[in-house]
Amino acid sequence: MGINLIYPDFEVVRNADRCIACRVCERQCANHVHEYLADAGKMVSDDANCVDCQRCVSLCPTHALKIVKSGNTFKDNRNWSGKTIQEVYRQAESGGVLLSSMGNPENYPVYFDKILLNASQVTNPSIDPLREPMETKVFLGAKPKELERDASGRILDNRPPRLTLSMPVMFSAMSYGSISYNAHESLARAAEALGTFYNTGEGGLHEDFYKYGDSTIVQVASGRFGVHPRYLNRGAAIEIKMGQGAKPGIGGHLPGSKIGGDISRTRMIPEGCDAISPAPHHDIYSIEDLRQLVYSLKEATGYQKPVIVKIAAVHNVSVIASGIARSGADIIAIDGFRGGTGAAPTRIRDNVGIPIELALAATDQRLREEGIRDNVSIVAGGSIRSSADIVKAIALGADCVYIATSALLALGCHLCRSCQTGKCNWGIATQEPELVKRLNPETGYQRLVNLLSAWRHEIQEMMGGMGINSIESLKGNRLMLRGVGLSEKELQILGIKHAGE
Amino acid sequence: MQREGQIRIPSGCAISGIFNRSGRRMSGEAIVKSISVMHDRSNGLGGGFAAYGIYPDYQDYYAFHLFYDAPAAKRDCEEFLERHFDIINLSKIPTRKIPEITDEPLIWRYFVTPLPTKLKESQLDEREFVAKCVFRINADMDGAYIFSSGKNMGTFKAVGYPEDVGRFYKLEEYEGYCFTAHGRYPTNTPGWWGGAHPFALLDYSVVHNGEISSYDANRRAIEMHGYKCTLQTDTEVITYIIDYLHRKKGLTLPEIAGVIAAPFWQTIEQMEPEERRMHEYLRDVFSAQLVTGPFSILVGFEGGLMALNDRLKLRSMVVGEKDDTVYIASEEAAIRAIAPNLDTVWAPGGGEPVVIKLDGGEA
Repeated sequence: MGINLIYPDFEVVRNADRCIACRVCERQCANHVHEYLADAGKMVSDDANCVDCQRCVSLCPTHALKIVKSGNTFKDNRNWSGKTIQEVYRQAESGGVLLSSMGNPENYPVYFDKILLNASQVTNPSIDPLREPMETKVFLGAKPKELERDASGRILDNRPPRLTLSMPVMFSAMSYGSISYNAHESLARAAEALGTFYNTGEGGLHEDFYKYGDSTIVQVASGRFGVHPRYLNRGAAIEIKMGQGAKPGIGGHLPGSKIGGDISRTRMIPEGCDAISPAPHHDIYSIEDLRQLVYSLKEATGYQKPVIVKIAAVHNVSVIASGIARSGADIIAIDGFRGGTGAAPTRIRDNVGIPIELALAATDQRLREEGIRDNVSIVAGGSIRSSADIVKAIALGADCVYIATSALLALGCHLCRSCQTGKCNWGIATQEPELVKRLNPETGYQRLVNLLSAWRHEIQEMMGGMGINSIESLKGNRLMLRGVGLSEKELQILGIKHAGE
Repeated sequence: MQREGQIRIPSGCAISGIFNRSGRRMSGEAIVKSISVMHDRSNGLGGGFAAYGIYPDYQDYYAFHLFYDAPAAKRDCEEFLERHFDIINLSKIPTRKIPEITDEPLIWRYFVTPLPTKLKESQLDEREFVAKCVFRINADMDGAYIFSSGKNMGTFKAVGYPEDVGRFYKLEEYEGYCFTAHGRYPTNTPGWWGGAHPFALLDYSVVHNGEISSYDANRRAIEMHGYKCTLQTDTEVITYIIDYLHRKKGLTLPEIAGVIAAPFWQTIEQMEPEERRMHEYLRDVFSAQLVTGPFSILVGFEGGLMALNDRLKLRSMVVGEKDDTVYIASEEAAIRAIAPNLDTVWAPGGGEPVVIKLDGGEA
């Protein structure tokens, strides 16, 4: 207390007239905010523990609860915000690095919100997706350099290994460990039902989920957790994680407290041992080393699987991507600076990397200028929030997008950004059995299917409005985009015109 | 105001084509009459013709048709041509002064063949060498524009109604086995002759009615393969796509139709395995060459003609046959005007290519 007091961020407001003291809130809160005072016969709260995950609010049967921002304020200061001041107090007390979860919440521009889409009027017709086919199927992988025919003139199928998707959306990497068994099962089943893919993240693949292997991308990260031949061969594709948008340049840390039996087995590390992935891959100090890992993985899987290289969107992303496109990789995944995470140092998350829109546009253009765009597909991630973001990303030049935060929202996440505590009341970012079971995979998978089915409808509506009836004609079709309120430089990098031009 | 090429100008149109399978050469009079029937589908801002088999005396030479803005451009361009080609013959293209056609540029024709030393030095095959030279002039040389560059064929175009353009170029004096025509209805006034259609590269010529929605996807993809879209028109990009797929990738015309007006996946899934495999391959590998939005096109090439509608048939197109002559037009009236008694007449389905070849020609 005293100098160390951080006044609670939130205030739990309880309407005494409505509260029936059923104690649901008390049972549902892993942070021990609510307590029943038997003597007084009423519920009380300790606001200091509240992370605003909305669990109690959602389950209160009488709508007696709401969470509001606490009104306590420091003296107004445009330079020293209350948040900044409190962070200094915290670090002065603990001597530690500040940790955060999920994507960068700071006030940087969101370019998707400054880009508008086109629609047909008069000179060509819009197409009604309810009456005409509206195709969203995509392939990911390198394109063959030459056409080959057999003696009778038939075209030979010389395509390198690839992924076939019913729509240009995949679930991006979230490891078993950072999220729960039930969350993984929901993602795996949804990917299978939707005809797309989910991604194991760096924590290996639980034995129970090998049956979803054809809908699974298996990840190889710097810690190599859970990587073995059977794992590699079970996936539909292999992703080398070089970087993550939320924390470019650093590795990962899953505390030993989360490494229980199943996770320990899946990751192939002792129980209770911290899982620390190094910042770099220690066998990759340059692009030629990456090439060796790409081909090692191809050798290990008989050249049957496409290899994805995932990088964080950093300043010279397009040049890095150009190197990757010549490294034997089939797909490049670029993760923008707003991408989520289970835990990252706050300063890294909030200050490193660049927006996915700019990274994507620059990379697509660069690869085209070098004539190597067909060597690879591009997957864009790092805060794709809606079907409109997807349409804009495809028109900027992506083949496909990765989503994760929105998938977690579908599973119940309320973006309280406290994953690092491991006490996720929604059963997602936790390994505590009592909490994990709150997420029913049957419901979870259905909600993910619902979300992407809804998005597919919306994508089709927007495509139809533009007079486009197949997603490939949207890819890189930047004339369908216009910027609003953007500078010449921003427009130039995005390769789009300003609204009105 | 921005000129065509600096701005993208959507346009509606009329097209017409005549093809004699026996290779019998006919005068250009009929095609002018046919396209004139569809006067209301154009607005006087562009018309043109492509004609095949018209230069039998020079059939081994590339016939370059050029617009020059000024004599200086002509000097520069001829200098370039002389450095790269043997010029066998050059002349003004004969025109007729009529009040409907004004502001004409200098219009010249050259019959050329690449200089053997230059060709060898370039390490390119002959057609690629010629195409590269055409791009060079059109993209980099101010005031000079090659609008026709094939052998034994030529295009003739101008700002005006197509029937006037036909009279202007004295089209009735040319004889060919195949003619196509275009009347343009742009939504803006570029007033530039190079922007009129047909668009041609080597012996490929395209007349097109429609406004494609895939334009920028197609443009950015084809520019990666060495093409430069200087006009920002659909017809230009479609011509390059066809050149790329046919000449560079060696696809057959039906395969090309399977790329640019690809069958829907739901159709492909019902095909026999072999055909299904091929269509999946084409759609995957050449996904960036899929053209969406409304179009009807006539693709002329040496010895043949292909008519193709977009996959949903969002533009009208009718085919008629009488003896050994095939007629194709946006409207049946344009066919009936020159061939009142047809043996057959039908409307091809969306994405269904109609390929016509000279008898004895290769498939």
